Amino acid sequence: MLIQDTALIYGRYLRQSLRSRFALLFGVLMPLLYLLFFGPLLTDLPLGGKGSSWQVLVPGLLLQLGLFGASFAGFAVIIEQSQGVVDRMRVTPVSRLALLLGRVLREATVFVFQAVLLVLAALAMGLRAPLPGVLIGFAFVGLLTVSLASLSYALALKVRTPQEFGPAVNALTMPMMLLSGLMLPMTLGPRWLDVLSHFVPFRYLVDAVRDAYVGAYATEHMLYGTVVAVLFAVLAVTVGTRVYRTAGA
Amino acid sequence: MPVISAAGLARTFQTKRGPVEAVRSVDLTVREGEILGLLGPNGAGKTTTLRMLTTLLAPTGGAATVAGHDLATDPAGVRRVCGYVAQSGGVDPQITVREELVTQGRLYRLPKARAVERALELARDLGLTELLDRRAGALSGGQRRRLDIAMALTHHPKVLFLDEPTTGLDPGSRADLWDLVRRLRDEQGTTVVLTTHYLDEADALADRLVIVDRGTVAAEGTPSALKLRYGGSIDATLQDTFIALTGRGPAPADAAPVAV
Repeated sequence: MLIQDTALIYGRYLRQSLRSRFALLFGVLMPLLYLLFFGPLLTDLPLGGKGSSWQVLVPGLLLQLGLFGASFAGFAVIIEQSQGVVDRMRVTPVSRLALLLGRVLREATVFVFQAVLLVLAALAMGLRAPLPGVLIGFAFVGLLTVSLASLSYALALKVRTPQEFGPAVNALTMPMMLLSGLMLPMTLGPRWLDVLSHFVPFRYLVDAVRDAYVGAYATEHMLYGTVVAVLFAVLAVTVGTRVYRTAGA
Repeated sequence: MPVISAAGLARTFQTKRGPVEAVRSVDLTVREGEILGLLGPNGAGKTTTLRMLTTLLAPTGGAATVAGHDLATDPAGVRRVCGYVAQSGGVDPQITVREELVTQGRLYRLPKARAVERALELARDLGLTELLDRRAGALSGGQRRRLDIAMALTHHPKVLFLDEPTTGLDPGSRADLWDLVRRLRDEQGTTVVLTTHYLDEADALADRLVIVDRGTVAAEGTPSALKLRYGGSIDATLQDTFIALTGRGPAPADAAPVAV
């Protein structure tokens, strides 16, 4: 039942994404601009890691794509709430978990697709990275978007208006992006900033993907990154389902 | 054996400005095959009551059964036997009528081929056949309402809840909708609970009225019994009766509909 229901909801929302091709491509624009106009600034700088500056920047941009994209996924729920679509589905016997999972998996599909486009553009700019590492990077993007989209949907059902939702998400994502070292490795900065960034879960993810992009798979970073990403996903989906089950006020 | 019975149904919302008692205590008994009109001023608790009876909102007090299923212990059972059309409807304007109807069938766990078949049946019954490939957003108000109701009838529900089904419809579409509701009851024996602000609608359509005011039932009975008792005579208008009961007109012209 759960799998069938999830597949049904997933199909509905994937068709929705395919209907708006513009939105599908537009999501890549911001990270693409970083790639084009920020990436070249880094090529001759000492970033401290192995490999080229692209192997440091692209993992950060991939997670940035997931962070900003998936965090705003809840806007769609706010719209559907006002159209009555959310309630119409909730009065049917469909599994509550499927209502969340179907949508969340759609988000993961869309963002992994955008991540592929971004990596193709990066290859043209000069990125060279091992294929398994690149695939690991996509897996992290998928897990991150599942987590963030779940939380975003839960928040959207709680706050109800786009006027509250937008600022709330911005206030959370901006510091997350800066503190996790998505743009530049935190090890370049002062000690206090590096320490502070270890309290931000995305720090572990970006470190893991950077290792993957230089072909280092059995590292401490990879272990921590995987553990944090999986735990975060379990926690986020649990919170999301709980809110989906009880929300309605 | 009543198809719906509710006792002391209540819902309090916790807001930043303290608790709001949207529904204080509603007792309700609806017989099978009855068309029941819920009437009341804006904010009286009509929508909240429907949302509780359809499992969308957990009551904070009281109990109710719908077609033998207990709201608190068997919400899945309630969902299988009732259909609900919210005031806003419930379709995505970008999606075609056919796709919405088929998806709805699948949400009610029909196998794919059966869902496609059911969509065609519903379209035929509700005069949507010509519109199957049109986007829901391109339908007229009356067509949209028929689609919303078709969606709610997918699983042959025993009880159909309609929240202000004719608000915003032109007179012709309203008359069509009244006919549809009567036909559902006469042909399928469906029990219909609807809220409305239109007293002529309540008078013409409902077998029995329940007047809700300030979160509780203020009066109930057939339209003529209510007129006799509260309006002073059987010839009193329902408007007079309503004002006598609630101390206000049925719907202040400037008030936006509130959905809670």
